[in-house]
This record gives sequence, structure tokens and C-alpha cells, in this order.
Amino acid sequence: MRVHFKTSYHHDIRLFPDARRALRWAGLVVLALALPFVLDDFLIGEATNVLIWAIAGMGLMVLTGHAGQPSLGHAAFLAAGCYANAILMERFGLPFLASFTLAGLLTGLVGVLIAIPALRLHGIYLAIATLALSILTEDIIVLAEPWTGGVVGLVAPTISIAGVEVDRYGSPDRFYWLCLAVALLVTLGYRNLLRAPLGRAFVALRDSEISAQAMGVNPARTKAAAFGLSCMVTGWAGALMGHFFFTFNHEVFTIVLSIQLLLMIVIGGLGSIQGAWYGAIVVGIIPQAINVARDWVTAAFGGGGLAIPGIEAGIFGLVLVLFILFEPLGIHGRVMKWKVWFDLFPLYRRDMFRRQKSYLKTERMR
Amino acid sequence: MSLLEVRDVTLRFGGITALDRVSFSVERGEVFAIVGPNGAGKSTLFNLISRFCDPVEGEVRFEGESLLDRPASGIAELGIARTFQNIELFELSTVLENLLVGRHVRRRASIASQIFFTPGVRREEIAHRAAVERVIDFLDLQPYREQRIAGLPYGVRKVVEVGRALAIEPKLILMDEPASGLSPEETRDMRFRIDDIRRRMGITVVMVEHDMGLVTAVSDRVLVLADGQVVTSGTPAEVQSHPKVIEAYLGADAEVAA
Repeated sequence: MRVHFKTSYHHDIRLFPDARRALRWAGLVVLALALPFVLDDFLIGEATNVLIWAIAGMGLMVLTGHAGQPSLGHAAFLAAGCYANAILMERFGLPFLASFTLAGLLTGLVGVLIAIPALRLHGIYLAIATLALSILTEDIIVLAEPWTGGVVGLVAPTISIAGVEVDRYGSPDRFYWLCLAVALLVTLGYRNLLRAPLGRAFVALRDSEISAQAMGVNPARTKAAAFGLSCMVTGWAGALMGHFFFTFNHEVFTIVLSIQLLLMIVIGGLGSIQGAWYGAIVVGIIPQAINVARDWVTAAFGGGGLAIPGIEAGIFGLVLVLFILFEPLGIHGRVMKWKVWFDLFPLYRRDMFRRQKSYLKTERMR
Repeated sequence: MSLLEVRDVTLRFGGITALDRVSFSVERGEVFAIVGPNGAGKSTLFNLISRFCDPVEGEVRFEGESLLDRPASGIAELGIARTFQNIELFELSTVLENLLVGRHVRRRASIASQIFFTPGVRREEIAHRAAVERVIDFLDLQPYREQRIAGLPYGVRKVVEVGRALAIEPKLILMDEPASGLSPEETRDMRFRIDDIRRRMGITVVMVEHDMGLVTAVSDRVLVLADGQVVTSGTPAEVQSHPKVIEAYLGADAEVAA
């Protein structure tokens, strides 16, 4: 077990508690940067997919994992970011960096505007309201045909940054690095948020709204901030997703996407940045794993091209149920438990992470 | 001018009158205890001051300013902190993080600067942490600094909640049953802490408490509530010998008289 001897307040707020941890992260970043040199184009695409999911996951994690506000409508904000970015590039001729930044900010603004009426709702009611939003979005995209191309959809313009062309098919490695850069910046911003007052206010609101209020946290304003930041990041993920899909229409941003996003952060572990990343990796890997397993089954037992409709959704559901039953804290929670187990060996207690429910909560004042 | 003034406050939940024209005032620097049997309206009074419920009529003033046109989240910035009867801590956060939430009202940095963690935010953050460390020292919470609330014993949680309230650097602290569920040793510690909060930190204390030993030991004045009405108020000794208090607590009259 490592004990950190702290001699100044800087120790408590720096990004990495010790040099070893910083080195480990540096190694991980170098590995991620070097990935396109080892992988073929198809796998680079898959890795890019994981990065985009991770960005979107971090977007939802701020809102659901840290501020405790469930959302079943984040596909709407992915769509907003995606279309805003494409339209700003195509119609207004903005360079990618400008349109990309603006797309996120606009989506964040939309999020705040939607948050203002939605925040009167709690828990499941908020989830239903955002679900409605998600369904509405599909129709809005179809109806706003002059801008969005309706059912035909749009084609993402080629990205050009300082004269360097970045294209999902032409130069998958550059697109991968672009997504990696965005993902790392978002992770850094997220980490900063969590060590600042606003991040603590989010967690306070999640764990006890009553006492957060007594500490001077304004619930409406803080939740609106959570919505804004969450939607901004989700909008960026949406913008990248548009370039990743190359062409997109209303059918891309369905309710299924929202649910998958929520599944992802639950599987990864609510309330941690790592959770969004773990979840993204799982969501990225499962479809490929199913394909591989299908090929293997076909090869082993013969029969031409085994196809079971709905197998992907079924497996996602099964994984989610198993996690909720056996590891409600998600992959991140499991990893933490292993770490503590090794740290404290042989003193680990089984109920070390159990949240005590025996104390009364002052819920009745709500 | 009194620090806290409650005047003719009436509060109803449906047909039940929880508080009936309650008036009292708390002076700067005193320890003011509110006692009474269960259901007397003590906690309701606290919830009223922290703006979780609205009175039908009456006035609540803090340093001359009306509290009633402020939302619940606008009370802490005036310098009123509180603890809860059934401990309302942020379970999944560490003791340190819980206390840091108490610094929320003192934050200055904008959202954007927090995300970039600018040098200004860093300076502010260090100031907050220094303030929180002083509270940790004061309450002897060092062994639990980095521990999550979820794993802490009840007595320690009570102290953490007091710490979180002190981190606000309030002028007035409302303590809802600071000694309930504590062992005799912990209760004694709490007594010294309440004394220190008043004497060393100069914070006015209003507390609801059932433990008459604690009330007698620390409070300057006591207000007795029963069925939402003020029975009497005065020094602990005066109040304890008041016939109506004995009646409210022991229900003496009928049986003794007969």
C-alpha cells in the first residue's frame, strides 16, 4: 500500500498523486498515439469508434454519473452537434476547428435551454422527459429538411486543419489522432472540473440535494451547468461521429443510441471518468466479438452464415443485467476493488464497498 | 439587534399546525437550546429557518434581513450553517471532499476557469483547503481525512457534519440533535466542541437537543416547545423548574393530582 506523505496543499490537488502514476498515464498516452502504426485501417477505425464513444460517454457521465441526473435523450445532443458541425462547415464555410468548437458550444446552449424546464423533474420523470426529447429529435431532423437534408441526410465535408486533410477513409490515422486529441482534452477538462468547486457541487447534488442546498448549492443553476457541460461534450462527440459515419440521416440518432450510451456508462461504472472509457471499450468491442464468435460458430458447426436477429441488443442487455446484479459499481468499481484487495492483503473485507443504508435519509422534505 | 429573530411564526402541514405563533430571538455569541417532546415542532423550526418549508404567517430575520424571500440555497451565504438530525452527508465522498463542499459559498472562479484550472483557481482552491484543514484540526478528524463517509462509524459522521457546517465559516450554526445516537464519551466530546465553537470561533449556536445534561451544560438560554407552541424560555435552571415543562415532559398533573 502506498502512502503519500503530503507536505503542501498542491499535493492534494495535482493531477497525479505520484510520479509512478504520472508515468503510467504517460505510457498509456504514448501507446495510444502509436496505435495507428501497428494497426491496419479497419482496426484504426474501430479504435476511433471507441474514442468517439468515450467522448460521448464522458459527456453523459458528467450529467448522470456525477450530477446524478439521468438522461435517456443524449442521442438528441449527438445529433445536434453532428448537424451543427456539418451545416456550419457546408453552409457557412467555416474551417473545421471553428465549426467544431461552435457546434459543441451551441449544443451546450441547447442543453441549458432544455434543462431549464426539465429540471423541475426528478429521477425517472426526468428520464422520461429526455426520452421524449430523443424521439422528437428524429422528427425534427426530418422536418427541417432544407437544413438537414431530411431522410436523405448529409455528407460530412472533408476536414482540413492548417492545410492538412483529415479524412475518415483517406487518412484514418490522422482522423484517429484528431479524435484522440479531443478525447484527451475532454478528459483533462473533466479531471479539472472534479477537483474544482463545481465538480464537488455536482456530487453533492447527486448524493443529497437537501444538504447541498443547505451548503449554498443552487440546485437549478448547478443542474443547468451540468446539462450545459454534458451537452457541449456530447455535441463534440456527435460532430466527430458525423465525420466517422461519413453520411448520416435521422436514422442514426435513434433512441437506441441514447440507451446504448446510458448502458455504456453503467457498465463502465457510474461516477468516474475511467468508467466512461471502460464502457466505451466494451461497447466498441462487443459487436466485433459477436462477429468473431459468429464466424467461429459457422466454421465449427458448418451451416451458411448464421444470423440471429437482435443478438447484439440481446447481448448488451444481458451484460447490463449481469453488471447490475453482480457489480453495480461497474468495471471501474471492480478494478477499484481489486486494487484495494491487493493494497490491503490480507485485510480486505467483503463489505468494504457496501454503502450503508441503515441510516434514515431525509427524503421526505423533497 | 438580535442575530436571529423569529416573530409570530405559524406553519401548517395540511390540517396540522406544526408551529403556532412561535416567537423568540437569539443574541450574538450565545448557545441557544430548543427542547421539547417529540412532535413539538423543533426540527420544523430548523427547516423553516433553512427555508425548506414556508410559514403561513410570521417573520424570520437574520441580522435584520428577512430570510423568507430567499431560497434554501441562499441561506448559507448569509452565514447560517446547519446539521441534520439524520445525518445528510455525501456518502460516496471522502471526509475532505465533504468539508470542501462547505466552502461552496466562498467560491469565486467561473466555470470556464475551473475547467482550465487556471492559476487563479489553484490559489483559491489552496485557500479553501487551508480553511478546511483548520476545521479538521479543530475537530480532530485527521485519521479520517481520506476515508469515505460510507465506511465511517456513526459518531464520526456526526462530527464530520459539524465540520462541514463550520467550513462555511458561519455566524450562526443550527445543530439538529448533535448528541443523538452518541455514546456518553462522544456526547462529552460534543459538549466541549460546542463550547469551543462558541468561545474560540465566536459562532452563535442554536441547537435542538433531548439530552438535558448536554443542554444544561452548554446553553445560556433554553426555549421549550410543545405542540408547536412556546411553553417557556429562560436559563436552563429556570426552565427545568417550570411547572409547565415538568407537565409537558412527564405528563404529571392528572396522575399526581389524583
